[in-house]
Amino acid sequence: MEIKWYIGLAVALFCTGIVGVLTRRNSIIIFMCIELMLNAVNLLLVAFSKMHAASAVVQANPNVVSDAQIFVFFIMVVAAAEVSVGLAIIVMLYRNTHSVDVNFLNRLKN
Amino acid sequence: MNNVFQLVWLIPVLPLLGFLINGLGRKQVSKTMAGIIGSGTVFISFLISAAVFFSVKEGNTHVAHYFDFINITALKIGFDFQIDQLSSIFLLIITGVGFLIHVYSTAYMHDEEPKDFAKYFAYLNLFVFSMLLLVMGANFVIMFIGWEGVGLCSYLLIGFWFKNTNYNIAAKKAFIMNRIGDLGFLLAVFWLISKLGTADYHTVFASVSKLTVTDITGITMLLFVGAMGKSAQIPLYTWLPDAMAGPTPVSALIHAATMVTAGIYMIARSNILYTMAPVTQSVVAIVGLSTAILAATIALKQNDIKKVLAYSTVSQLGYMFLALGVGAYTGAVFHVMTHAFFKALLFLGAGSVIHAMSGEQDIRNMGGLKKYMSVTHITFLLACLAIAGMPPFSGFFSKDEILAAAYERSPLLWGVGVAGAIMTAFYMFRLYAMTFLGKFRGTHEQEHHLHESPKAITIPLIILAILSVVGGWIGIPEVFMHGGHRLETFLEPVFAQSNALTEKHPLSHVMEYTLMGVSVAAALAALVFAWSKFSKYQKVEKEETGLGKVLANKWYVDELYDTIIVKPVLSIAKYFNNIFERKGIDGFVNGVGKAVNYGSRQIRLLQSGQVGIYVLMMVLGILLFFIIQLFL
Repeated sequence: MEIKWYIGLAVALFCTGIVGVLTRRNSIIIFMCIELMLNAVNLLLVAFSKMHAASAVVQANPNVVSDAQIFVFFIMVVAAAEVSVGLAIIVMLYRNTHSVDVNFLNRLKN
Repeated sequence: MNNVFQLVWLIPVLPLLGFLINGLGRKQVSKTMAGIIGSGTVFISFLISAAVFFSVKEGNTHVAHYFDFINITALKIGFDFQIDQLSSIFLLIITGVGFLIHVYSTAYMHDEEPKDFAKYFAYLNLFVFSMLLLVMGANFVIMFIGWEGVGLCSYLLIGFWFKNTNYNIAAKKAFIMNRIGDLGFLLAVFWLISKLGTADYHTVFASVSKLTVTDITGITMLLFVGAMGKSAQIPLYTWLPDAMAGPTPVSALIHAATMVTAGIYMIARSNILYTMAPVTQSVVAIVGLSTAILAATIALKQNDIKKVLAYSTVSQLGYMFLALGVGAYTGAVFHVMTHAFFKALLFLGAGSVIHAMSGEQDIRNMGGLKKYMSVTHITFLLACLAIAGMPPFSGFFSKDEILAAAYERSPLLWGVGVAGAIMTAFYMFRLYAMTFLGKFRGTHEQEHHLHESPKAITIPLIILAILSVVGGWIGIPEVFMHGGHRLETFLEPVFAQSNALTEKHPLSHVMEYTLMGVSVAAALAALVFAWSKFSKYQKVEKEETGLGKVLANKWYVDELYDTIIVKPVLSIAKYFNNIFERKGIDGFVNGVGKAVNYGSRQIRLLQSGQVGIYVLMMVLGILLFFIIQLFL
């Protein structure tokens, strides 16, 4: 498959994520949208690494291909850790405000 | 006898010490202590000066080097003292008359608070220190330090009673006018240094031949501007009459005997420069003579006892400059000396009168003081005779020498000078007659209080009176006694260089007798006229008219200066204050503050607390970066 399809999918995912973050008030949904954006980026990384596998530079140094893909795993690990922290915050939020609406989170304003 | 030169540094240092003790400890020292410290230090300086004088008289001169004051590559200016004939005479005048005035002050200022009393003596000692520095310095830079120091002390002492606004204004006027002159002096010193690379008297005077005529004329003119300010000559003389706001002993010491003669000292010191600049010499003579006449006419109509004396001082200083201008350097120094005696005496006598009259200074309210204050009366009369130039009092010899020298240059100068001398005799005896003769015209209460002053006041008066009478005998002209002019012989080495350059045309003895006879007879006539006219003076309330009004208003010179200089400067200052300062600078500074304040007030609104808006901002920010990255 051509690279443009990958890019198109990634952009669509990313934009969905942004729109979700901007428009929704439910913090769990926002959280999911952030994950969506993260994975759009991951997808791009893998796609580009695959695309470059055929290029002359990479032919001379095969390790480069696996470097990018390993990097994606790192991101996924960090994302998993982040999810655990984020969800914990949301649980505490719910316990304190009985709601997961981000618009209630304005107590620092005054 | 050379050992005494080892001690010369003590002469200025002792008054400086007195200044430090009285000045720093003014809240601790008692009045008696302050008086003893103040007078004592000056007295010891006087003793050393006397020893130095006798050593100089034997023909020793000395330049003492203490340390390098300025030392930059080629320019080296040492902190040096020069002791020679000229400076030793000034040392004697300053410390001698200074000591008498210190003693006088202990009685005159006795009503002051102890701390003010000590402050007064501190200032007075600082003045003596600066004045000594001025005359002892061996180069123009050290002289300039003293030159500025005496100006400062004059300011401090004129404004001594600083709670009175008018006195402060007088002090400021004196200081600013002096500063104008000082700028000229400073420029002259720079000019000298740039041409010769040194300011030392010895080197400068030895290498005058290296200077072009333009240089010498320029330098001497600028130096003379300095002298105009310090010695109250036209056009910078108006500060001196106003300086009478200070305590009377201060007027006697600073504004009659010593500081105002600094200009004469400076020109006499650099006499060779002036001899080589005939243009400047003529300017000096003309300015001096015009000042002498102008001030004398003003003095005719003044009614404040100190104002009369102040204008008389300006007038006598004019005579000294006339002498300098016609090349009679000895005559100028001689007149400085005799003037220091009789004018200090006149001021101190006036102080004694003011003291007795409880602060009254208007001679129209005095009269008949003769029978209440015999010592003051007699000493004052002697001083008046001396200043009027009556033989054999001191003023006769010095004034006659100046007039004779003026005649040698031009009979016209002599004629105008004699006119001034006539006026001098007239206004001095008007002052004398209105103060001491006739009937008392003051209030009954004042009459009840009239008393002779205490001993601390009368003894200095008596000493100065003796000096005013005999002081002239060291300069008896050649016609009376061969070798009688001992001062001239003494000062010979200082003026040798100038004398070698000028041709002397001695007047014939007959001529000299005639000149003397004319001036003495004319002055005597004026004296008798004033005596008879004012000894029966009755107070009349009558507006002055015509010329009298112009004279009483001092030729409107103060008003003129006010209109053409003071007011324009003040209005420019006001313009800059209102427009440039308030709107420009303040506007800018305050504007920055206001802009930050306003901006932050607006930006604060972004902190709405809405998470969505923050996220939107973040996204917009990132987009902005993308756009910048892609397109710029």
